[in-house]
Amino acid sequence: MNDVLSRLLGPGELEVSCEVCFEELDRYVELELAGADAEAAVPGMAAHLRGCPACSEEHASLTALLIDGSTS
Amino acid sequence: MSPTGACDVLPGMTVPAPIVQPFDWVATLRTGGPAGDRALAELHALLLRAARFEALRRRASLPWIGAAELDDLVLQAADDALVAVLSRLDSFRGASRFTTWAYKFAIYSAAVTLRRRAWRDREVSLAPELWDVVADRGGSPLQQVEDGELRTALRCGIEALTAHQRDVLVAVALEQVPIDVLAERLGTTRGALYKTLHDARRKLRAQLADQGLLEVTR
Repeated sequence: MNDVLSRLLGPGELEVSCEVCFEELDRYVELELAGADAEAAVPGMAAHLRGCPACSEEHASLTALLIDGSTS
Repeated sequence: MSPTGACDVLPGMTVPAPIVQPFDWVATLRTGGPAGDRALAELHALLLRAARFEALRRRASLPWIGAAELDDLVLQAADDALVAVLSRLDSFRGASRFTTWAYKFAIYSAAVTLRRRAWRDREVSLAPELWDVVADRGGSPLQQVEDGELRTALRCGIEALTAHQRDVLVAVALEQVPIDVLAERLGTTRGALYKTLHDARRKLRAQLADQGLLEVTR
């Protein structure tokens, strides 16, 4: 699917809301960085991050910040 | 103690590891007094670092903003995040480190502030022309027919949405207006707009599925 179609049609799967995404983001990112099954802990989070550009950017930023903090 | 500050250890002596208690941010912040003040200052410094980190990631999208204004926006985001963290201390469950939990408020605050600043002087068109959203892939005649059917179905599907759903879908998915910017201009929240976007996408998918075209999009 091209980018425009992806943005129009979304992930098409069960996904959490933006509110739940924010509530769970810290736990989700720490689980991901620990190599744990973050999606099992927060079902629907991965789909939401594919569907919501804003939440996806913040997920990427928090991940990068924690990685930066662990290496600097 | 040696002049260098290192402990003198006699041969054969085992030095016990220092006992480091996990720092209880929530309790210390609630304590008040000098310890609480120190914790508050340290928390603000952490939030400022996170907000600055987010600003650096977004610097390329804000080339016309000077360093002084960017610093002000970062400080404002960190201040807003501090207020948010303190007002929600009761909701910290310990599911992550406190600092990770606090960082997400600073990242969110900085991201929203900077997205809005980037779009401050830009018009958001809620009724743009619906251009062809499926690029001509120039494939086989069969593929070209499928692409044409898909374009028509998408156009009809978008037109069949409610006016609000159509506005939100077109702005976010086609115009790529940040959802926070759109929420601010429509006087609503990111969550409410995303719900609208989700409903619009679901209807559009159902319409394509009814016409046997959902597979074509994969």
